[in-house]
Amino acid sequence: MSQAPAAGRLAHRRSRHIRERIIELVLLSSALVAVATTIGIVFILVKESISFFSQVSIIDFLTDREWTPLFSDPHFGIWVLLSGTLTSSAIALSVAIPVGTVLAIYLSEFASARMRETAKPILELLAGIPTIVFGYFALFFVTPLLKKIYPELPGFNLLSAGLVMGVMIVPYISSIAEDAMRAVPMSLREGAFAMGATRLQVALNVVVPAAFSGLAAAYILGISRAVGETMIVAVAAGMQPNFTFNPTEQAATITAYIVQVAKGDLPHGSVGYQTIFAAGLTLFLLTLVFNLLGYYLRKRFREEY
Amino acid sequence: MAVSDSLRATISRAKRNDLIFVALGIAALLFAASTFVALFLDMVGDGLSRLNPSFFTEFASRRAERAGILAAWVGTFAVMLVTALVAVPIGVASGIYLEEYAPKNKLTALIEININNLAGVPSIVYGLLALGLFVHTFGLGASVQTAGLTLALLILPVVIVATREAIRAVPGSIREAAYALGATRWQMVSDHVLPYSLPGILTGVIIGLSRAIGETAPIVTIGAVTFIAFLPPSPVTSSPPFLSFDWLASPFTAMPIQIFNWTSRPEEAFQANASAAALVLVVMTLLMNAIAIWLRYRLRRNLNW
Repeated sequence: MSQAPAAGRLAHRRSRHIRERIIELVLLSSALVAVATTIGIVFILVKESISFFSQVSIIDFLTDREWTPLFSDPHFGIWVLLSGTLTSSAIALSVAIPVGTVLAIYLSEFASARMRETAKPILELLAGIPTIVFGYFALFFVTPLLKKIYPELPGFNLLSAGLVMGVMIVPYISSIAEDAMRAVPMSLREGAFAMGATRLQVALNVVVPAAFSGLAAAYILGISRAVGETMIVAVAAGMQPNFTFNPTEQAATITAYIVQVAKGDLPHGSVGYQTIFAAGLTLFLLTLVFNLLGYYLRKRFREEY
Repeated sequence: MAVSDSLRATISRAKRNDLIFVALGIAALLFAASTFVALFLDMVGDGLSRLNPSFFTEFASRRAERAGILAAWVGTFAVMLVTALVAVPIGVASGIYLEEYAPKNKLTALIEININNLAGVPSIVYGLLALGLFVHTFGLGASVQTAGLTLALLILPVVIVATREAIRAVPGSIREAAYALGATRWQMVSDHVLPYSLPGILTGVIIGLSRAIGETAPIVTIGAVTFIAFLPPSPVTSSPPFLSFDWLASPFTAMPIQIFNWTSRPEEAFQANASAAALVLVVMTLLMNAIAIWLRYRLRRNLNW
């Protein structure tokens, strides 16, 4: 008599166990989508780049000083696009790093709790503005403004795109940097205060060095953001490939070039079509290095205390 | 006397430096805030006159004063629907797996590094992935489904990280109590952990979608067309089975693409359209962000473990 319910319970338990295993497998396969995405990105970029590099030598790609892939006499010098990317990123970072750092130190070490509660949502909202809107702002507001100071500035230029990009990156840098500084234990600060240090001395001589790897991570992730930013430069810096490090000129970045080609209708499989994947691979590798470095540094500051 | 004088001088100098830094911090904050205000006022100034009801009910047109954003906002809505339907289940499931199931092994470490890296991959690279994989390999075309899937992959890291943080905030005692009552792991997760972490997950989903709604580069890259004078087919039909999924495969345009298109026109009249559309887009994203910030604020206030 007592055997039947026991067997029933056993069967129930077994089916429950099977259900649990199935659920776990479903969850695991969802998590693997992230891995599949990376594999997909690498596969597509490498596949198209291989056919690109079978027609264009990699030495030309790295040393040619012209980028005219759609001309009858095509040249494929990636440095032309890289110069635009590096120049606009350098301008952006020369705004974003000082402003972001000062902001982070202020919010973490000086501001009252109430000030922080007001400032952080403002920064978050700024970070939430679509980049195409920033691009519009750079082209129709910042460039005319700069022209008042420097009338010879062309309508498209790296300067205005870079400056606006810098403002866009400020909240990003300041939030990571602030996190890093808040992770510095209070006892370090208290020790310094007990020695008679002022707030600024504590901030600059104790907190900043202690949070150094976190700050470095913030800067590196900021660089990666600037290098990969697309719409601001596509709208405001022009799309004309131009080998220059002069911020008052117009130039295409890697990202702007991809947008320009993709907007047109290039036949699938042509060299022109493949150039955007070769350019994309360059971009991906560049940001990958920065991202991995930033990830490593961030992990380090999290583990330190 | 002389010693105390020099000491006093040192102290007052240190205090002055403190004040200078506070001023610098506030200046940095004001700089960020005033950029935000300038951007907003600039858009309002240029675009407000175009914001009448017909702007929302007219298709794009060659004549600027008759052009509207009907196709754009409907397209954005359709794409966001696909994005949410794909990104939310996969992202939440990944987050659950990593927090509640994942053993500490190489596979888990690989998944985590992948998610971290994907968060830093420039959005345009997702566009290249979609162009190579979804458009040309799977033959999905430059359609609503391609854009939705692309943006879903793009915001996946945001959803995963938010889910993980929300789940991590649920105290272990809740899990132990569920286990003590004989719950299986999935029962514990679905009946206890998930309900408690829902507001946090929701916040992350909204922030992810607000990022997706403004993303331009990936959908330009897949070749979305800018001049569209029709809407995707209706999902509800008059004949059985009354539901149609044709809209998924329909060509589309979206708000950011429409803004980009109008920004790149030389005529000034289109510039007003661009700023009006940008204003609509910014209001959309700000609204979503504000909801997310408010949700998080309420969440922090109401939860006391």
